[in-house]
Amino acid sequence: MADEMELDDEIENEAIEQAPEVNTLFMPGQTIDNLKALEGTLKVVLGPGLQIQGSKVVVTKVGILRFKEPNVYWLDSHQRRYVPVQGDHVLGVCSMKAGDVFRVDIGSNEPAGLSYLAFEGATKRNRPDVRVGDLLYAKVQTANKNMETELVCVNNQEKSAGMGVIRNGGFVFTSPLHLVRKLLNPECVLLKTLGKTLKFEVAIGMNGRVWVKGRSSVDTIAVANAIMSAEHMTNNQIKVMCQRLSHVLSTVPKEDLEPEEVENIT
Amino acid sequence: MVLFRSSLSELYTSVNTERNAPAADTPQPSNTLDSYTQLRKLADAHQTFTMNGEISNKQLRKVTGELSLLSRSDGSASLCSGDTSMIASVYGPAEVKIAKEQISRATVEVTYRPKSGMPGCNEKLKENIICNTCESVILTCLHPRSSVSLTIQELHHAGSQLACALNVANLALLDANVNMKFMVAAVNCAFTDKGQLILDPTLKEEQAARVTMTFAFDSVSKDILTVYTTGLYTEEEFDTALKACKAASVEIFNFYKEIMQKNLSKE
Repeated sequence: MADEMELDDEIENEAIEQAPEVNTLFMPGQTIDNLKALEGTLKVVLGPGLQIQGSKVVVTKVGILRFKEPNVYWLDSHQRRYVPVQGDHVLGVCSMKAGDVFRVDIGSNEPAGLSYLAFEGATKRNRPDVRVGDLLYAKVQTANKNMETELVCVNNQEKSAGMGVIRNGGFVFTSPLHLVRKLLNPECVLLKTLGKTLKFEVAIGMNGRVWVKGRSSVDTIAVANAIMSAEHMTNNQIKVMCQRLSHVLSTVPKEDLEPEEVENIT
Repeated sequence: MVLFRSSLSELYTSVNTERNAPAADTPQPSNTLDSYTQLRKLADAHQTFTMNGEISNKQLRKVTGELSLLSRSDGSASLCSGDTSMIASVYGPAEVKIAKEQISRATVEVTYRPKSGMPGCNEKLKENIICNTCESVILTCLHPRSSVSLTIQELHHAGSQLACALNVANLALLDANVNMKFMVAAVNCAFTDKGQLILDPTLKEEQAARVTMTFAFDSVSKDILTVYTTGLYTEEEFDTALKACKAASVEIFNFYKEIMQKNLSKE
């Protein structure tokens, strides 16, 4: 999944004396000195929340400074509004069909464009079946502040790879972006622990939208609630919560189970 | 005069508790009501009688706040400065109306809602001041063809309104994590007829004041971003007010840092 950070700029750094305080809070306007550069090259990679102004590196958001070897810095912050980043997987709703492109609402400042040719097996004659109101799982192809965001539903090998229109029900909800990043973090145990007791499908968009479908509506609601409540939980708390959840669910009568095979696509 | 001085320390504490506690939380038993009103009178007198010509209230009223209290907005905050309290919400960078779209930068929209009634000229003026300040705070060039809309709802008016509005706007912007050049802290002050400076005046003090001034400072160079004044004043008065407000703004910047630290350390 596209949970890696977009790296904006590369700058030259003069002196390496003392590393900045990593894992501490930084506020907008603060400058960061003595960034650790790649050995021999004087280069530093800056991620979200950091900007070069003149010869200084300035913080533009509130967040906790993170560092990754050898020379990557970014700001870990809480946000609810999505700003498109190239390579992100997003969940959107088709809002309009306009000639060759579909307009897809992905929660950013303007609807993104999705060409009808950017689907697996789509040709000029064989158009994909996308209707207004359909839920789409797509990848951000181009993201530029001055241009319209472009989505695709195929990967480099022209395969759908799980992307495309999501049908057959389920439930979509919106969550803060840091929760989504947490879910996609390989260290987070939530989905794995939930998967031990429940069978469900889930599609997670970096734009803060999550689609869940369980075997019954009770399961779907349970999974959605578990995800939404995990925002401020540690891994141990998540495990306890999942245990309680499975205990509660075992007491619910299983009436409306659908026999279809359920698989986990993420 | 002598009487006042002897009970000065006692009075000062009473003034402080009165200023810091919400009005609704100070129920007075009927038998002490007289002494309470007397105390109030003394407290009001205190501000004009003591510290000849010096700053009589060096402290700001107690500032408290809360973040992310609205569920639908991208960022929200409430701020109580003494009894004055406001709530603000931010949507952005979001879709913009075509009429307001700017090709090179984001459009900042501010709506100020008074406690009761429809917004009038005063509110429009405030909106304008807040909008101009926010435009210089937000890195609008990073989000062209989008809008950052701010709504500020006044909950209780007890003096230093504009300063509180600016501070709550800044707090909401921080919560929404909009890209910002720096933070802003606003401080209000007033001069009485006798030329004393009152920092963060209450509504009563504001109405009696000859001059009121509101300064907004940025967090990096601590320079003035916005000044709004009413009344006639001398250059020296302006300088003293500026100095006192600048010193007090540090307190607000510290408050921002504290509240954000608390918010981000939930995990």
